[in-house]
Amino acid sequence: MTDLVWLIPVFPLIGFLINGLFTRKLPEKAIGWIGSLSVGASFVVAVLIFLEVLGMEPGSRSVQKIVYTWILSGDLSVPIGFLIDPLSLVMMLVVSGVGFIIHVYSIGYMHGETGFRRYFAYLNLFVFNMLILVSANNFLLLFVGWEGVGLCSYLLIGYYYEKKSAADAGKKAFVVNRVGDFGFLVGMFLIFITFGTFDFTQVFSEATAKLTQGGLMVTGITLLLFLGATGKSAQIPLYTWLPDAMEGPTPVSALIHAATMVTAGVYMVARCSVLFAMAPVSMTTVAVIGGATAFYAATIGMTQFDIKRVLAYSTISQLGYMFMACGVGAFASGIFHLMTHAFFKALLFMAAGSVMHAMAGELDMRKMGNLRHKLPQTHWTYLFGTLAIAGIFPFAGFFSKDEILFYSFERHMGFWILGALAAIMTSYYMFRSVFMTFYGKSRVEADVAHHLHESPPIMTVPLMILAGLSLVGGLVGIPIIQGWHVFGDFLSPVFAPATAILTSNAHGAAHHSLALELILMGMSLAIAVGGLLFARYMYIVDPAAPDRVISRIPEIHQLVYNKYWVDQLYDILFVNSIVKFSRFLWKAFDDAVVDGIVNGLARLTRGFGGVLRQLQSGLVKDYALSIMVGVVVIIGYLVLR
Amino acid sequence: MIQFPVVNLGGILPALILCIAGLVVMLACLFVKRGTVTVAAIMSAIGILAAGAANSPLRVLNETAFSGLVSLDPYSWFFNFLILIATGLTVLASVRYLSDDEPGAYEYFVLLLFSGAGMMFMVSGNHLLTIFVGLETLSISIYVLAGIIPKNPKSSEAALKYLILGGFSSGIFLYGAALLYGSAGSTGLPALTEYFKAGTFGPMALAGMGLLAIGFAFKVSAVPFHMWTPDVYEGAPTPITGFMSVGVKAAAFAAFVRVFFDALGELQVNWTEILWVLAALTMILGNLAAIVQDNIKRMLAYSSIAHAGYILIGMVAGTELGTAGVLYYLLAYTFTNIGAFGVVALVGSKREANVHIDDYRGLAKSNPLLALVMSIFLFSLAGIPPTAGFVGKFAIFSAAIAQGYIWLVVIGALTSAASVYYYFRVVMKMYMEVPETTPARLEFSPSMILALGIAVIGVVYIGIFPTTYLNLALESVKPLF
Repeated sequence: MTDLVWLIPVFPLIGFLINGLFTRKLPEKAIGWIGSLSVGASFVVAVLIFLEVLGMEPGSRSVQKIVYTWILSGDLSVPIGFLIDPLSLVMMLVVSGVGFIIHVYSIGYMHGETGFRRYFAYLNLFVFNMLILVSANNFLLLFVGWEGVGLCSYLLIGYYYEKKSAADAGKKAFVVNRVGDFGFLVGMFLIFITFGTFDFTQVFSEATAKLTQGGLMVTGITLLLFLGATGKSAQIPLYTWLPDAMEGPTPVSALIHAATMVTAGVYMVARCSVLFAMAPVSMTTVAVIGGATAFYAATIGMTQFDIKRVLAYSTISQLGYMFMACGVGAFASGIFHLMTHAFFKALLFMAAGSVMHAMAGELDMRKMGNLRHKLPQTHWTYLFGTLAIAGIFPFAGFFSKDEILFYSFERHMGFWILGALAAIMTSYYMFRSVFMTFYGKSRVEADVAHHLHESPPIMTVPLMILAGLSLVGGLVGIPIIQGWHVFGDFLSPVFAPATAILTSNAHGAAHHSLALELILMGMSLAIAVGGLLFARYMYIVDPAAPDRVISRIPEIHQLVYNKYWVDQLYDILFVNSIVKFSRFLWKAFDDAVVDGIVNGLARLTRGFGGVLRQLQSGLVKDYALSIMVGVVVIIGYLVLR
Repeated sequence: MIQFPVVNLGGILPALILCIAGLVVMLACLFVKRGTVTVAAIMSAIGILAAGAANSPLRVLNETAFSGLVSLDPYSWFFNFLILIATGLTVLASVRYLSDDEPGAYEYFVLLLFSGAGMMFMVSGNHLLTIFVGLETLSISIYVLAGIIPKNPKSSEAALKYLILGGFSSGIFLYGAALLYGSAGSTGLPALTEYFKAGTFGPMALAGMGLLAIGFAFKVSAVPFHMWTPDVYEGAPTPITGFMSVGVKAAAFAAFVRVFFDALGELQVNWTEILWVLAALTMILGNLAAIVQDNIKRMLAYSSIAHAGYILIGMVAGTELGTAGVLYYLLAYTFTNIGAFGVVALVGSKREANVHIDDYRGLAKSNPLLALVMSIFLFSLAGIPPTAGFVGKFAIFSAAIAQGYIWLVVIGALTSAASVYYYFRVVMKMYMEVPETTPARLEFSPSMILALGIAVIGVVYIGIFPTTYLNLALESVKPLF
């Protein structure tokens, strides 16, 4: 079965080609099911391979399948293939499984939209690239997928391109990601210089021999790779594109900007765990950035009124958790949270989409309220997602988040405090969104109110499946009892080399104290419930309270509500200035500098100052003078040297 | 007793066939009353195919002809094919661009064939004078072609500018050749190799080398000898711009590489530093200036400058892999850029309208396939896998890394990351913006569809299966080392 791994990405590619080229005449249903089933087929193959791998010895669960040699010339050899190991399997299962559910949901959600076909074609292309990304056996192929998912993401963010904000959001995502991608690219180059190969297995097995612990090279490589991850996974400082990305259709937000693409950075860091483990500085950076992002995004999440923006900031915050986990060395916990997050965040987004569907596209929670009777299924599924993300026992998020908090505590108290504060805010803003949307007094506008209706089964059934997963998905990772953390044990061979490096550095690993673990677990739960109760007080018991708080601290609220003005700052500092800088450089070089030299020379030769001339405006003699300057410099250098 | 050189016409048969085809088109079209353009194009295409057939045997040869004036080796073979591809695609892309009622429309094809022949002499020249004659043959044809749009001041201006500056740079080149002659007593490449091997050269020879480098740098539009490029590219008829950006560039690079690796190989330490600086300047300025262009022809002109910078990295690397990278890159770039300019010609129509990048808004809606094809060309220019452009950059960059030119590669990576911005801007316009007015219907012609089809298949095919072509390039540069 493992020989058929190439089928996993190929199925969505076929779906893309069919929908992209041939289905112009077909009805919506057919297009939608072609798109969905192609991803479903990938999921089936992934499950079969997963079962086969489960039958192998834990130590030998890493299979490489070289499909073909892409580049072979001289010393240059780039074989293209897939790497099947527990980590890539988890990712493939999540991407194709959650992807399939979201595809099905999209059939209902996108019903009647113009460009239905285009939507499914892009979505399949995205899944193809994402599967390439997670199953690649080398950095170069990973980069192919990395760029590919980015491209699909921009296209889908700008799906409603008639809306200027949507097109702008697509552009913003693109520009911000360039910065990260550059870091990734240079990091990759450095890897190639050091190892002479892009192959994962080779790079990671030779890492300890070819790089020095904590040396400049490994620190540089990992920091650059992490820069790439901050772009793709929306971490400080490159997170600003993700909230704007909510301009895309809601299932896209669920699939790309919550469950899969944005976790690519976490996956990449986990994949390179050996390299990161060798660079303590990078590990600390990852943990600090992750923790800070988790905290920072949560504060913004508390103030937003747009339901999708709340979820977007929550995604940034949860991704921060995953990075914090990686940074403190708990890579498996990071991936565990990645998986549970994929379940509940996809669920939350799609439930929010179901609300939008009922409310004729309304996103402002101030215009909702008391929707639970009209939208019963949406309500309870959203509630499940909230319970999961807030970390209420026994929902999925409880286990994964608690684990991250536990390892953070072991590493440094400060990380735990950051994580715990973010957790209480998470619980608060999520229940705030529940109460504002589904409880309290209805603030729905009259003309919308009588159209309220529950979504069709094609949308609610996917919600229920994900709600089920949000409930039980964490049970694969029960801590404390030896052997019950099935998930962690499954992944542990992948991270064993990294763990070995980390423990040898830590001079004797900290012993797990059962009491400490239980205390921390209790605190996690208390935090989650605390957030719930606080939100309940603010929005159910005393609905006037939020306004009182705001009026008490208007400046702080304004600051946070406006996302600390970072977007505006970036606009001024970077987005505009890069264009300005290029223009300046162009003008400066092609106009001013050469013009200056030319004019200077002209003055010298002719003995009088001429009128300032624009060089690139087309005067042949100025061009010729530019050539002459080149001649003088080059010949002078050669002869006089 | 005068010794007559052994005449071996077989050696220059491909170029000869192009010349003959040009003459035949010129004569035959005098008698064609209707459909001159089509007839001329078909005849040119036949000539090009015949030249291609005549070129094949060169692959296995390694000798010189005409008393050592031209060399017949795999290197010439590779570039002859590249030039034939460029010429052929340009012929196909030009048909709809010209109209029969214009007097002498067929001359366009004649000049195209002659310039192709000039390029072939240039790439196989084993003597500075052969190279110079080839250079002039191609340049003179291109001067005329650049100004061939009747009653278009921009086109005439482009032609005149290119003529004056081209003449200037030819003078520099020739002066360099003269200085080398003064030093070595010959301008044959083997003789120069001998001379520099002996190691007794003075500043005069170095100056000669510098002037040659500048002459080539002008033709490949490296900074600071690039300034003519945007103006000429903008003014020339679009298919000709495409031809210039790949054909002239490839021929110039071919001769550049041959002269500098074969004859001046001993001076590598002296010229590597200069090319390093030229490459860095070219990449930085080309890419940054392209970001702010709104006219797509000017944008592609600066992009073409930037690509010259990347290719120069391959020369700086100086190894077989580096030069093979240059060859592969030029092949990839030929397909890509001819294709991109083909789309520009198609969208622009012959009156050189619609050259603003805003004119590409909504193209994905009105012509989805054309937009897809253009996107593929732009991705290849930006170096996004799995297109040919990516493999080319990868080959060149990794060769340079292997030689330790890390900073140059960092500049290359940084500027090409920036370049994605301006290429992608066009993709965004096509896919994500709505045109303000209803776009005019585009006139597709079968030959244009064929040209774009070949170009896009080329870009994708040699991108996904690059190994054969990289090895071909590697084989072709063997005679230089």
